[in-house]
Amino acid sequence: MILWLLILIPILAAPLAWMGQQWSRNAPRWIAIGTLSVDCLLTLLLLSQDHSVQTSGHGSWLVESHSSWIPRWGISLHLGLDGLSVILILLTAFIGLIAIVASWTEIQSRVGFFHCNVLLALGGVIGVFLAIDLFLFFFFWELMLVPMYLLIAIWGHAHRRSASFKFFLFTQAGSLLLLVAIIALALLHQHTTGRPSFDYADLMELTVTHGMAWWLMLAFLIGFVVKLGAPPFHSWLPDTYTEAPTGASIILAGILAKTGAYGLLRFTIPLFPGVMSEFAPIVMGFGAVGILYGAVLACCQTDIKRLVAYSSISHMGFFLLGAFAGTELALQGAVMQLVAHGLSIGALFMMAGALQERFQTRDMRQMGGLWGMTPRLATMALFFACASLGLPGLANFIGEFLVLFGSYSAQPVLTILASLGMVMAAIYSLGMMQRTFFGQQREIRIASDLSNAAFGTLLLIAVLQIWLGLYPKTVLITTKPVMNMLVQPVVASPNLTHQPSESVSFSTIFTSQVSAP
Amino acid sequence: MISLLWLIPALPLAGFLVLALFGGRFTRQQVAWVGCGSVGTAAFTTALVGWEFFQGFPDHESYHQTLWNWIDTSGLTVGVSWYLDALSLLMVAVITGIGFLIHLYSAEYMAGDEGYARFFAYMNLFVAAMLTLVLADNLLLLYLGWEGVGLCSYLLIGFWYREPEYGTAAQKAFIVTRIGDTAFAIGLFILFTQLKSLSIQQVQSLATEAWPVGSNLATIVAVLFLIGAVGKSAQLPLQVWLPDAMAGPTPVSALIHAATMVTAGVYLIARMHHLFALAPLVQEVIAVIGLATLLLAATSALVQQDIKRVLAYSTMSQIGYMFLALGVGAWSAALFHFLTHSCFKALLFLAAGSVIKSLHHEQNIFWMGGLRRHLPWTFWTFLIGAAAMSGIPLITSGFYSKDWILWSVWSSPLSHRWIWYGALLGAMLTGLYSFRLIFRVFFGEVRTQPTGEPGLAMRVPLVVLAFLALTVGFLEMPHTLGNVTLFSQYLSHALPTMELLPGMDESSETREQLAVTVSALLGIGLAAILFLPGSNFSRRGADLSTGRPLVTLLQSGWGFDRLYDRACVRPWFLLTRNPGELLDRGYEWLTVGAESCHRWMSHTQTGHVRWYAATVVVGTLVLLGLFAM
Repeated sequence: MILWLLILIPILAAPLAWMGQQWSRNAPRWIAIGTLSVDCLLTLLLLSQDHSVQTSGHGSWLVESHSSWIPRWGISLHLGLDGLSVILILLTAFIGLIAIVASWTEIQSRVGFFHCNVLLALGGVIGVFLAIDLFLFFFFWELMLVPMYLLIAIWGHAHRRSASFKFFLFTQAGSLLLLVAIIALALLHQHTTGRPSFDYADLMELTVTHGMAWWLMLAFLIGFVVKLGAPPFHSWLPDTYTEAPTGASIILAGILAKTGAYGLLRFTIPLFPGVMSEFAPIVMGFGAVGILYGAVLACCQTDIKRLVAYSSISHMGFFLLGAFAGTELALQGAVMQLVAHGLSIGALFMMAGALQERFQTRDMRQMGGLWGMTPRLATMALFFACASLGLPGLANFIGEFLVLFGSYSAQPVLTILASLGMVMAAIYSLGMMQRTFFGQQREIRIASDLSNAAFGTLLLIAVLQIWLGLYPKTVLITTKPVMNMLVQPVVASPNLTHQPSESVSFSTIFTSQVSAP
Repeated sequence: MISLLWLIPALPLAGFLVLALFGGRFTRQQVAWVGCGSVGTAAFTTALVGWEFFQGFPDHESYHQTLWNWIDTSGLTVGVSWYLDALSLLMVAVITGIGFLIHLYSAEYMAGDEGYARFFAYMNLFVAAMLTLVLADNLLLLYLGWEGVGLCSYLLIGFWYREPEYGTAAQKAFIVTRIGDTAFAIGLFILFTQLKSLSIQQVQSLATEAWPVGSNLATIVAVLFLIGAVGKSAQLPLQVWLPDAMAGPTPVSALIHAATMVTAGVYLIARMHHLFALAPLVQEVIAVIGLATLLLAATSALVQQDIKRVLAYSTMSQIGYMFLALGVGAWSAALFHFLTHSCFKALLFLAAGSVIKSLHHEQNIFWMGGLRRHLPWTFWTFLIGAAAMSGIPLITSGFYSKDWILWSVWSSPLSHRWIWYGALLGAMLTGLYSFRLIFRVFFGEVRTQPTGEPGLAMRVPLVVLAFLALTVGFLEMPHTLGNVTLFSQYLSHALPTMELLPGMDESSETREQLAVTVSALLGIGLAAILFLPGSNFSRRGADLSTGRPLVTLLQSGWGFDRLYDRACVRPWFLLTRNPGELLDRGYEWLTVGAESCHRWMSHTQTGHVRWYAATVVVGTLVLLGLFAM
């Protein structure tokens, strides 16, 4: 039941936040903060219990909830939580909090509806991270899309219309592919066993012919990669990230991109292990190209938000490289990269938003020399620029280096190419600092420094970055069993993809099996 | 006591945190106390730890301390753990000792600056990172320190952030060294993939077992490490950042760009000497790089007009000597020159800072002169530093260390005779450029009126360093002169001693020493003829600093900046000029295509019933025809 709570609390609080507007301007914000804090605490509770139970993975969940929904089509309300999802849900709730703090002064119109949309989107994301029935998964996948579209289209900046359109079209095209592949899988299941099933565990056991697996794998791959924003399916990303309001940019880059990553780890890789191992080098190649492509374009930008957006493409390239390297080390690094990137990009967008709010521009050519005027903002920007360029001791470094260490044995040339991204990351990160905070002050405009709340939030993210950079075990130990399972099928045999869920007995305490079909 | 080892890097780190978080609320005095105090206590702790470490000799040659497991997953196990042996203790002693003196000096030097707390915060962070670098027990932690010092170097070069050129210099330093760092990182990937370990000691013993001498893997890894070292230590071909790095405040140049950080490359190679021993080819390359850099930098130092740029090129040149020593396998000699160099070069920079401060931030030596009488403290300490750098025989430390290196080059089986001749020429040039500075700055007529001598906080470090610049050389004296071997005995616990070529006896050593002495004195004499005010050449107003194409070439550091500008920087800016992207254009064509299709189709909507009826009929016929076939 606790899993349903995680999803339902934000979704049910969403209309409440909308109504809250009538009571006071800040009521929706506080409702949203309260909701997400509860989610955060619940997840922490789950995380603290995870340590005792080390098993998890495909079909053997730490916490599971199962009840039938449309038995005729093999659709059920099946949720499962393992080490990967618990980390990502925690990230979602936390980044959601950041997004709300970042929007505190920026969003002044239709405050209630804004927070309603934020909560709905986050509820959808948490559902995505929990659903292990593919139909249910797709339901949540689409649920998060519409509020996101509204957030961009209503509260976005000057070119919001075309940006929100582009966002919707791209992600919807990806979703369509995904839907076709999901239905195809269910029908294939019917073909072999006589009954359709959308259940993850059932589909894992399904053996698909080689040719069919190729097509399905491609659909699953592209559907998720679009969300991740890896070239060549990234073209919506810079426009959307730039034109979205700060809060939505944070959610898009910090969380929504992670749903694509999660999909790859949860579905694409384990569902088609055989084909995947053939195709993995190509995906890694796209990852390496993405790193360099994103970094070069980040260096070209004059718009600070666009720069951050392209840096995000570059960083997600590391994820692709690591996720498909087929070694546990690289996979662990890829997950670490998700968490680290979520934290750093959230902070960077928050600061880009703060700059835009103060100077009514995102153009770095019109900034410069702001250190003297806004020392707090400048110091934090410096810190996160360092995180973004992969300074050791911060979380991004752990992610990138584990990926590179783990990938080298699989693809040395690609890994070396990817390492060049580190030099370019230095160029764009330091270039950003130079053009905004150092140098001569362009014109005398009095601007206030960061508010205490914003500064405190950034400081908290910074502390987390350092914590994970010096003690990454917190994340790595939780995700290790899942990543371990992921590399097993590729190494062992393509047929042995599914571990029978004997460990369910382990977690009976948390399991709320309402009914089993 | 020795278990207090972790405190040595932790204290400056704590100082940084306190200054970064609360520095804005402190008074200047409090800032100085925290900034100097943290490094001072670190130096004191080093003394305690060192004392106990010596007690354990020779039974316990190293001490190991693990604080926590940094990364421990999927086969990669790396701890935040320290490794103390003779080599790292030497480095730590220099970093905390000289670091403390420079902090003390900065307390007065930076007194009027608005970013006083920020300055000390960065400096403390630098010391912490540098200590991490030298104390790290594994290569990943070493890399953390390595990048950390790079960041601090960047921050301190660009400390006066309002000047755009300083920012450019700072970025240049970081990016150029990052190129080296990336090569170093790739070396780590290979090393880990092959040997499944990153512990410095373990990796080297595994490598020695697994790889034969001269094997490809060993050579590749050694080359990658060398590129990293070359970037950090400003050697060819990644040396271009160091002269520009002089944009930072002078104490920064003394601490980071002379005494400690730029020698990190030397430390890395010495630390990984087992690995480099497996790649003799790479060792030869190190020697050649060292020689080339030392000559290139020495000739450039000869014609610079900015006092700090002269010193920057001289630093490159002296580190070239260290690389040369590493290349011929004289590990201890390289480290000895590191020790003496960090004393006399820190001294020279601090004394130069004192000159600059008293001349209202004038750095051009042609606007200086005659300061001997006005700044006696500064003059005498600067003179001692310059004497040590040129290697005035018997009384200065620079003589003993440089002589050891040249003797090693002469007598090493890994060396060639022409390398020795090159190094000898370098020794002559060192004397020439060192005393050109002395004569230009302190002799002749006064061109800019100085404000007066510095206060106590600046004078004490000058005097202490001057004392050290004279005396640390006595730790190691050649067979022919006193035969003191304290330093080499001490380091023999961490580094192998060099084998001599057969037939090297005392008489050949004496002859070699004589040659070194003569060449150094020749350089100084030449400087006196050329630059001493009142001499013939000087009266005719001739200096090597004006006009002529060769001089211009030398002044620009042999044109490397222009070369890299043409080959890399401009193409890069050309590439990154346009913020749009091609792929996006492709998707735009999709929308353009869709729109034109739409326009074309909408032409068929004419509103005429006849037209619609006709199309319906034609369509039906076509369909029927298709079915019929």
